[in-house]
Amino acid sequence: MIKLTLPLNKETVKTLKAGDSVLLSGTILTARDCAHKRIFEYLDSGRPLPFALKDAIIYYAGPCPTKPGRASGSCGPTTSARMDVFAPRLLDLGLGAIIGKGEMCDEVRESLKRNCCVYFAAIGGAGALYGNAIKSSECIAFDDLLSEGVYKLKVKNFPVIVAHDCHGGTLY
Amino acid sequence: MRKINTSLIEQKIYDLALKAGVDLTPTCKSALEKARDGEQNATAKFALDTLIKNSEIAVEENMPVCQDTGMAVVLIELGQQVYLEGDTLSEAVNRGVKRAYSDGYFRKSVCDPLTRKNTGDNTPAVIHTEIVAGDEIKITFMPKGFGSENMSRLYMLKPAQGVEGIIGAVVETVKLAGSRPCPPVYVGVGIGGSFDTCALLAKKALTRDIGTNNARKDIAEIENEALRRINALGTGCQGFGGSTTALGVSCEWAPTHIAGLPVAINIQCHCVRCEKVII
Repeated sequence: MIKLTLPLNKETVKTLKAGDSVLLSGTILTARDCAHKRIFEYLDSGRPLPFALKDAIIYYAGPCPTKPGRASGSCGPTTSARMDVFAPRLLDLGLGAIIGKGEMCDEVRESLKRNCCVYFAAIGGAGALYGNAIKSSECIAFDDLLSEGVYKLKVKNFPVIVAHDCHGGTLY
Repeated sequence: MRKINTSLIEQKIYDLALKAGVDLTPTCKSALEKARDGEQNATAKFALDTLIKNSEIAVEENMPVCQDTGMAVVLIELGQQVYLEGDTLSEAVNRGVKRAYSDGYFRKSVCDPLTRKNTGDNTPAVIHTEIVAGDEIKITFMPKGFGSENMSRLYMLKPAQGVEGIIGAVVETVKLAGSRPCPPVYVGVGIGGSFDTCALLAKKALTRDIGTNNARKDIAEIENEALRRINALGTGCQGFGGSTTALGVSCEWAPTHIAGLPVAINIQCHCVRCEKVII
């Protein structure tokens, strides 16, 4: 098991190979369907985003509400293929890595290679387990989208598997 | 005639929803354990083990087992000797859903199809009501996630395609879905009926316990053969490879038109959540 602290530097990304099991610790941002649509509206109109894309780790997820006294609700990954249309442009803008579930399209894999980035697969359906690996959660943008807003998550030992690496290797 | 106030239905929906969102069905848990124990692919075995741990954490900490707490699918068999008093059936069901999704800290996942604006309380529920004999009400509550729902398909086959056509459609649907629906999946299949009833049969098939077969022998053979071919695809748990692409195939059937052979395939992820009660 490889332990990594976020954000990732390119030298580390180069060492990761499809199939590697990794525990991530650090800060990640959730964004799924509606948040991506909103991000693209900002980019298309030239408005500054309320958070930095550069080196950000985007987690395709929409959490359950957080119970009082807890750090996060259930928060497993959603199907990454729905974000195929969004990922290449964000990777070109400096995104650090993506976390989701299921394979992504060839264009995304090309973009991962071009930008020396990595796509991690979280285990789909393991919402409670991932919720427990989240140590704090705060909606930092688009809170009108409820669970589809952008949540800043601090995670510790968040288990993922390298699914598409920066060399074109794939787990699928 | 038996009088039942719909407030009782609201309470039952509330109880079923809170349990379903947290606790996998017993046959789902045992199917996951059996799959893990028999899996040779190390990555897939790790994923299956993670899913089993996840289901234990969910119950221990009373957390939703998956963050996609789904659209609330409610199947009601209403005895025709029952007289419903109080608010309408749909008002009662929706109020039960709304309260459970709020009190359980479940995700609200229902939105307008065009504006995508969230309704905020996970209503409306999807309610299918069937009038049956007797003076009881049977309620089945199945939260349905959409990673798997999105991978569902409906085929209008030609009668000449027969059993081979049916099995081919089922296997093709699971193959095309690949890693996206959170395999290992549970596959609900509707055979016959019309365009609309066929899809509902597929949904109803998913309310059956994993590991059970249809009482009709030729339908049971379709279930077994489709499952065998699906697990030979090599998609595996989460798409990581291995021998566990599906936990089960469940078929329900209805008579159809002489010109047609509708087949609907409703995909359910490995989080099989389904609770039932009889009032």
